[in-house]
Amino acid sequence: MASETHAAEGAAHAAETVGMPQLDFATFPNQIFWLVVTLVVIYFVLSRIALPRIGAVLAERQGTISNDIAAAEELKLRAQEAEKAYDKALADARAEAQRIIAEAKADIQGDLDAATAKADAEIAARSAEAEKAIGAIRAGALESISEVARETALDVVTAMGFTSDAGAVNAAVDSKLKG
Amino acid sequence: MASEEAPSGLQIHPMDQFVVKPLFGGDTIYWYTPTNVTLWMALAVLCVVLLLVIGTRGRAIVPSRIQSVAELAYGFVYKMVEDVSGKDGLKYFPYIMTLFIFIVFANFLGLIPTSFATTSHIAVTATMAMAVFLAITILGIVKHGVGFLSIFWISAAPLALRPVLALIEVISYFVRPVSHSIRLAGNMMAGHAVIKVFAGFAGVLGVGAVAPVAAIASIYALETLVAFIQAYVFAILTCVYLRDALHPHH
Repeated sequence: MASETHAAEGAAHAAETVGMPQLDFATFPNQIFWLVVTLVVIYFVLSRIALPRIGAVLAERQGTISNDIAAAEELKLRAQEAEKAYDKALADARAEAQRIIAEAKADIQGDLDAATAKADAEIAARSAEAEKAIGAIRAGALESISEVARETALDVVTAMGFTSDAGAVNAAVDSKLKG
Repeated sequence: MASEEAPSGLQIHPMDQFVVKPLFGGDTIYWYTPTNVTLWMALAVLCVVLLLVIGTRGRAIVPSRIQSVAELAYGFVYKMVEDVSGKDGLKYFPYIMTLFIFIVFANFLGLIPTSFATTSHIAVTATMAMAVFLAITILGIVKHGVGFLSIFWISAAPLALRPVLALIEVISYFVRPVSHSIRLAGNMMAGHAVIKVFAGFAGVLGVGAVAPVAAIASIYALETLVAFIQAYVFAILTCVYLRDALHPHH
């Protein structure tokens, strides 16, 4: 507090005597001395520490940025290459697929043809067999008819009260059937 | 201070804020006495260290906020030196950066209420301006010898006019440190004094103090701008003078 009032008095005194403290030449050596000290200190701080450091950081950042851009460029090229390779692989795969499909189709066609031929052959065989069976059945049926006719004729003759000779009846029936 | 003694009258001492006072009492100010000049210059150094050294401690590729401010300041002055003085001026970049960063911080610290604006003193600005003037002149003579005098001899002008122009050029050359220093000190002093005057009005107006307080706020905004612009002007003029010393042939 005491020093403050003292300073105030000093200030008032200086203001009275000089008017403008800027023109109080008594303070010039003091100001110039401390200014020189300040500037020298700032100069050394800047030139020894701050400016090289900031310059290095800026240069490093510039380097990083250009490196990154170069890397990005390279990656882009690689991506384009990869895309080309992918397209090629896709085309190859498509061609392969077409080939496989054609092959499969041909295979299937072959199998189909073979199966059809086999089936046809089987059908023909079966038909022949059936034909044979039908022939046999037909023959069997004719045989049965003559048999039945003979028996019936014999029975009819017997029923009508004739003693019949089986052989004569049979021969008569046979001749009738044939005729 | 004065208004306490006579509270009734309107007593404004706008220049009291510029008085150089010893920090630790005493009457006489020797050249080595720690004064308020010492204090506020030391604070400027502290701010420089905080921003440009502590702020860039991380050396980050992706900078923190304070580091990007430091980089901005660096880039700003670097580009200014490169654009105005040319590539060969970059050798002197640390000197110009020193001047610029000191003036910027001194100006802004001076804007803190009740602080002391070191750059409002002609002793400070004239020392810097004279240092620039002498350095530029010596540099020009060392680099170009007598050829440095060709900055006064405008070969683009008609021959008859050249002596007249040379006279004007010589005068303007030697007036440079004066304008260079008074521009900065004058701007700082005027702004601070005007704020103080309005503050004096506010002290006696009672409720009516709203008007001067509003005026102070707007002048303060202007002074914030001036604080930066004057540092910029000082630095860019230094660059212009440096270009003259490096390339005296227009």
